[in-house]
Amino acid sequence: MSIGLRDATVRRSALSLRRTRRRAKRSPYPYWFLLPAFAVFFVFFLLPTFSSFYYSLTRWTLFDSEWIGLDNFRQFFEEPGLTKGLTNTLIYAVVTSGTKVVLGMVLAVLLTSSVWGRAFMRSAVFFPVLVSTIGVGLTFTVLMEPDQGLINDALGLVGIQGPRWLVDPRYALLSVAAVDVWKGVGLATVIYIAGIVAIPREYYDAAHVDGATPWKTFRYITLPLAWPATMTVIVLSLIGGLRSFDLIWAMTRGGPGFTSDVIASVIYKQYQAGFYGLSTAGNVVLFLLVSALMLPLYWKLSRREVQL
Amino acid sequence: MVLDRTFRRVVVLVALTVAAVVSGCGGDDDGGSASKGESVELSFLVDNSDQAVKPAQALADAFHQKNPNITIKIETRPQGGEGDNVVKTRLSTQEMTDIFAYNSGSLFQALKPEQNLTPLTDEEFVGRLDDAFKPSVSANDQVYGAPFGSAFGGGILYNKKVYEKLGLKVPTTWDEFMANNAKIKAAGIDPVIQSYGDTWTSQLFVLADYHNIASEVPDWDKKYTANQVKYSQEPALEGFQHLEEVKKDGYLNKNFGSIKFPAALSLLAQGKGAHYPQLTVTVPNIETSDPGKIDDVGFFAQPGKTADENGLTLWLPGGVYIPKTTEGAKLDAAKKFLDFIASPEGCEVYGKAFAPTGPYMVDGCDLPDDVPAAIKDLQPYVDDGKVTPALEFLSPVKGPALEQITVEVGSGLRSAADGAALYDKDVEKQAQQLGLPGW
Repeated sequence: MSIGLRDATVRRSALSLRRTRRRAKRSPYPYWFLLPAFAVFFVFFLLPTFSSFYYSLTRWTLFDSEWIGLDNFRQFFEEPGLTKGLTNTLIYAVVTSGTKVVLGMVLAVLLTSSVWGRAFMRSAVFFPVLVSTIGVGLTFTVLMEPDQGLINDALGLVGIQGPRWLVDPRYALLSVAAVDVWKGVGLATVIYIAGIVAIPREYYDAAHVDGATPWKTFRYITLPLAWPATMTVIVLSLIGGLRSFDLIWAMTRGGPGFTSDVIASVIYKQYQAGFYGLSTAGNVVLFLLVSALMLPLYWKLSRREVQL
Repeated sequence: MVLDRTFRRVVVLVALTVAAVVSGCGGDDDGGSASKGESVELSFLVDNSDQAVKPAQALADAFHQKNPNITIKIETRPQGGEGDNVVKTRLSTQEMTDIFAYNSGSLFQALKPEQNLTPLTDEEFVGRLDDAFKPSVSANDQVYGAPFGSAFGGGILYNKKVYEKLGLKVPTTWDEFMANNAKIKAAGIDPVIQSYGDTWTSQLFVLADYHNIASEVPDWDKKYTANQVKYSQEPALEGFQHLEEVKKDGYLNKNFGSIKFPAALSLLAQGKGAHYPQLTVTVPNIETSDPGKIDDVGFFAQPGKTADENGLTLWLPGGVYIPKTTEGAKLDAAKKFLDFIASPEGCEVYGKAFAPTGPYMVDGCDLPDDVPAAIKDLQPYVDDGKVTPALEFLSPVKGPALEQITVEVGSGLRSAADGAALYDKDVEKQAQQLGLPGW
């Protein structure tokens, strides 16, 4: 979530930067004002990033490291859990992102119409975003407990035999994804609300005069004009899904067996096992993968916004 | 000129920022200067489980009473993989506490003892240590640790009341064990309890089978370290097959996939389940979860092919170590404390704080008479010499994904042969990461 907000500000400042570039030449502030910030950035971001490229090429025990060339990468790609982790990561990212888009849109349309208790409902929808992920994960682990959990008890009352949620290998990943959606849909909704509120009333009035049904109004006015919001939601939740780890780790630890492993949990387990060089290599791969997916998307997105 | 001066100021500012940032990660080593007679304070890092914190505190208090000028402060760390990383990070950044407790065997070897720990071979207490224990805290003929607690067995915990009621005999072969299971199931009791909600509990059928492997192939551990034998071959494969069998025959409790260790132990203590593959180190927990039931639970070693090779797989206690960073008066005090831990008096203090879980590894330390029944059941195996240390104390090779694989095999998601082969791959990765020859 914090990433999401940061990305938004980064993009906005990128835009304003572009606008002020011509003036920036004669800025009264010299460049070396940047130095203190750069020092911190260097120590905490650049140095670790570049040393991780080095350590990914070594056998590293924390005590000493031995150069082994590309062996770690070879081993990482031979990892039996890797294909499973990759597919799971993609499934998880697409499922959560897709559901957040649809649900967020529905909720936003509902919450921008004159529905009873609107302000309260808006906060209620946003509230889960503010709760700690680990807390949510542990709470839902208890709720989803197959034999004594509240969810299956409640389903039992109406005569439904609930699935074994986190324990059944078929549903484990999807159960976690459902909780992720519950937690994250609030942010998507807020973005959509902003997008929908920004659509000029005149279009709706005109459509009303022309006798458009509510569905047609939604289909031909709200949906296309909320497109920038949709893009933002897709990108943010896709990034979130690709790098998801905390919720999965809190709920299933990648289990049962390896059935809900994602790339991040595969890497984490290698780190836990003390394979520091190998897991660093995995992180480098993850870094390149996310960059490869996200750079083109960013580029497209920022172009779109400039045109608007 | 003005610019020049400001520039210099900025340079100073940047330098200060960097210095502040860097020194934040630096050490605050203030130890080692206290002279004789002055009071010394030692820090002692243990994991945050009851069975580590309680005895550590009791030992520290008892030691302080004997040596009023030495105070020992307990610090805790997480258990498992996270704890491993805390220990390794603190050692490599020279920020380790003055004394710390950590596993013996292969995990101890991964700490690079020669580089990071103070050798204790010439200390008096080393002469009191059991010969089975010494190798597990030694590297290159140097001893580095004192045992923290007692050894414990891995095998099958069983409910004695259930056995009595159904007139069953403790099995000495796997076939007898399975025959018992059939009778127990017919009586409407879950024959085998599993608790895959805590994945570590799933490994016992594989790990506790080591005595059976070693009695068929005596130097299996050496061949294993040298990459000559595999888990996907007989006899090692049997552990995985056992795991598969009990699931296939429907002997598991219904909620085996979700329940965690404490709930499973309760099922056993209450007689709702008959067998629970476990370590005897867990037995004292029954006293808190089901008071009064602790003596209903007994123990037998994991049965193998034949009755006469039936014997116990023994887990050695962890060690207490002194890092190289402990110096001067603190080092002397720390050595004194270790000598206290590895003494009959230390064993007694330990045993009062946390019930002993098996034989002590120190000469002159005897188990008290009031130990739980399951712990008493260990003694005959030890007396008859039918004991093999668990593989992790004999070989540095142990794959990190075993518990996930055993959950899969034990839940019927993967076949035994497949699981064993996957574990061999996992082990290969670990051996290569350790840089062992022959892999």
